[in-house]
Amino acid sequence: MKADIVIIGGGVIGASIARELSRYILNVILIEKEDDVSMGTSKGNSGIIHAGYNADFRTLKGRLNIESNPRFDKLCQDLKVRFKRIGSLVVGFTEEDLKRLRELKKNGEKNGLENLEIITGNKLFELEPNLNPQAKYALYAPTAGIISPYKLTIALADNAVINGVKVLLETEAKDIRIEKRRVCGVLTSKGLIETKVIINAAGLHADEIAKTVWDDFKIKPFKGEYQLFDKQWGNLVNHILFPIPTKLSKGILVTPTIHNNLLIGPNSYQVEEKDDPATTKAGTQEVYEGARKLIPHLPHQDLINSFVGLRADIEGRDDFIIGASKKIRGFINVAGIESPGLSSAPAIAEMVSGILKEVVKEISPQLELNHKDDFIETLADQPKFADYLDKTSKWQEIVEKDADYGEIICRCEKVSKGEVLRAIHQPVPARSLDAIKRRVRAGMGRCQGGFCSPRVLKILSEELKISPLRITKKGPGSEVLKTKTKDMIKETGVKFKDEVRV
Amino acid sequence: MKLEYDLVIIGGGPAGLAVALEAKRNSVKDILLLERDKYLGGILPQCIHNGFGLQYFKEELTGPEYAERFIAKLNDNQIDIKTETMVIEVTTNKRIIAINRDDGLLHIQAKVIVLAMGCRERTREAIAIPGSRPAGIFTAGTAQRYINIEGYIPGREVVVLGSGDIGMIMARRMTLEGAKVKAVLEIMPFSTGLIRNKVQCLDDFNIPLKFNHTITRIEGGKRVEKVAVAQVDKNLQAIPETEEEISCDTILLSVGLIPENELTREAGIKLDPVTRGPIVNENRETEVEGIFACGNVLHVHDLADFVSEEGEIVGRAVSEYLKRNRKFRPQSIKIVPGDNIAYVVPQHIDFNVPGRKKIKIFMRVKKPAERVRINLLDDKGRVLGSYKKRIVTPGEMVSVYLPEVLLDDKLKNITISIKRD
Repeated sequence: MKADIVIIGGGVIGASIARELSRYILNVILIEKEDDVSMGTSKGNSGIIHAGYNADFRTLKGRLNIESNPRFDKLCQDLKVRFKRIGSLVVGFTEEDLKRLRELKKNGEKNGLENLEIITGNKLFELEPNLNPQAKYALYAPTAGIISPYKLTIALADNAVINGVKVLLETEAKDIRIEKRRVCGVLTSKGLIETKVIINAAGLHADEIAKTVWDDFKIKPFKGEYQLFDKQWGNLVNHILFPIPTKLSKGILVTPTIHNNLLIGPNSYQVEEKDDPATTKAGTQEVYEGARKLIPHLPHQDLINSFVGLRADIEGRDDFIIGASKKIRGFINVAGIESPGLSSAPAIAEMVSGILKEVVKEISPQLELNHKDDFIETLADQPKFADYLDKTSKWQEIVEKDADYGEIICRCEKVSKGEVLRAIHQPVPARSLDAIKRRVRAGMGRCQGGFCSPRVLKILSEELKISPLRITKKGPGSEVLKTKTKDMIKETGVKFKDEVRV
Repeated sequence: MKLEYDLVIIGGGPAGLAVALEAKRNSVKDILLLERDKYLGGILPQCIHNGFGLQYFKEELTGPEYAERFIAKLNDNQIDIKTETMVIEVTTNKRIIAINRDDGLLHIQAKVIVLAMGCRERTREAIAIPGSRPAGIFTAGTAQRYINIEGYIPGREVVVLGSGDIGMIMARRMTLEGAKVKAVLEIMPFSTGLIRNKVQCLDDFNIPLKFNHTITRIEGGKRVEKVAVAQVDKNLQAIPETEEEISCDTILLSVGLIPENELTREAGIKLDPVTRGPIVNENRETEVEGIFACGNVLHVHDLADFVSEEGEIVGRAVSEYLKRNRKFRPQSIKIVPGDNIAYVVPQHIDFNVPGRKKIKIFMRVKKPAERVRINLLDDKGRVLGSYKKRIVTPGEMVSVYLPEVLLDDKLKNITISIKRD
């Protein structure tokens, strides 16, 4: 297989770059080791588009966040991804906190944010009636917003595919092939791809990929645990609420999600393991207690999911690494994209595109980056039943055209069979229960798939024409079912006493 | 298609089926039964074990047989039935929006609505088990569906968390299929399911049941590999020194059921925080007149038989309601849970019914106790009635009869308390 450019990693960064490069007449392949895009850090984070007052403008983090934030409205409109600028409040309790808020405001203003405001007194509680009554001050940033990070990633990848990018799932980069200090290919778990340019967007594993071209940095992930509450609690807060940030993190936040659940978290601690998705008892308590400092009356029940996110922190460095390798030509690192990585993704992709132009000039002058005439900027609107609950006559028209949209598969999130089928056939197709869940929310609700998972599994099996035994939760090795009934008892040969009939 | 009915029942499980039949028997003519699954019976078709009907039919049946008894009669009675139809909204002025493949969206106006949506299983998150999130974690009922309806077994080496009835029944079912059930863990010092299920499903198959134990951690990347298990102290907190690991590929959760009241709550109908079902009077009528609830949507029952019984109460009450044949008491009497009582159903008594001799009150206790008295106390703490029970346990619903003669017009509250005899 051959490509002009191979992107390693299907997170929000890899997908953003893929989409950006799909504007050009180029043969681009994105490889992802998991069975879907958005399987690493892009799936486990707060889903916040930050306003941009935290980081220093002179850092990549600061600049790219500021540049990206205003672009999300159009990007999300084009890709039909929900995005709401609900604004954020950094909440302070003491004089000392107020000082920190003023510093943050000043930093934000240096970064070019004009609409930051320090709010005190009654107005604070008008904005957030359930806020801890001891809160005194808050830094209000109206341009902060909420988004589903995996929906954005999937949409970016879908749009890239529509524009000609190949996305190869379950394809892991094993080695980089180099000739005369130039990239000439990438060996994957599915074979060799010849290419002159590799973009390393491998997230938590970017250091392992970079090591193959002797670029030396080490990723030591920061783990953060989150808790997600039932939709009936989504209105407990109106904004993204942060505590005063520390040097290490923005702290345990409380926010509604774009789907109107209530999200709290993350705590933050460094771990050795890069694939450590385990929540802990101590972490669960820390997050809950932390969030209670902002909102004392958190729900006691109705927790519907807990999850972990790992931030790709580079040891000894407080900024992204974005740039061409100095040792090997044709290799671009986009690494250490921790917070505010999601918020910076559009500008990161553009920056990488700029770097690529330089790299290409150097290594293969005959390869020109020409814009496509037929680049498709937008994704088609995909109607979801949950969005039509107050305009049912419109949904009626959809059901009359296709009865699958009248069959409700997921009761909690109100997802129709038609939507599930669409997810199986979209440009980056869903192949597993979790991939369906991320695309259409079947299994995302309060029963956590108790009702819909047997149904979704059946649809996947019928539609892909494979045995139900091969349907997975999240890729090979996570098959949901073990054997047909009666088969296991034949294998084990266990016999029961006469009075028990099998 | 007809869009106006005297009675619309949401849910075709044992509760809804019993309501439909009993309402018909009491000459309600215009009935629609809505069911989201392909077939009627609710959860019964996947409950292929026996033990159903001992109370109601005085004979032992399997779940599908039990359901079939009702369904067969229903077909004789020309009640309108719509399966594979999901109700998405109920309003207090008794409008229903539902959806299915054939009709699309249905806007139905009812005179009476009966909520019979049943319950759902509590998940891992409801009890917050730390650890990773691999494949192989199922609620017991979902595993039951995979095996008994779809024909596939979800695991080979199993740990069951919770001694709820479905968990114990599934421990047996998996064993019969050749899987190894390594342990059933119960955080409480007693079984939360029926004693007969402990004997027939666990003891008879040598499946160890460990009281005061819970899962403290789930491990595994793509699939469950093992669980850490520990004994708990009096406050139900894990004792770290007792932690041990059990290798397994599957965890079944049987950690309680939650009445499925999203429609109810969205309609603005008041719920009891303990039962998580609507607050009802002795007719199982919610605080919205003409909207009734019964079965597991109201409170979680031990047996389908009791659900059917409750459905019948509602079937008759609906008939009375439609005939406008009811007389309110001068004031409603509240039934209040007292010592060692978690909840009572009904929560209040509203009617004077000529000829009624007694009212059956259902309750669940908080803790097991032996040789007790269940006392009914009036506002001043005077004992109105007292019933001896040899044993009470949270796993088994308790009921007592409240004699009508005790219901003085001035009575405001009756408190039910459990006392050592």
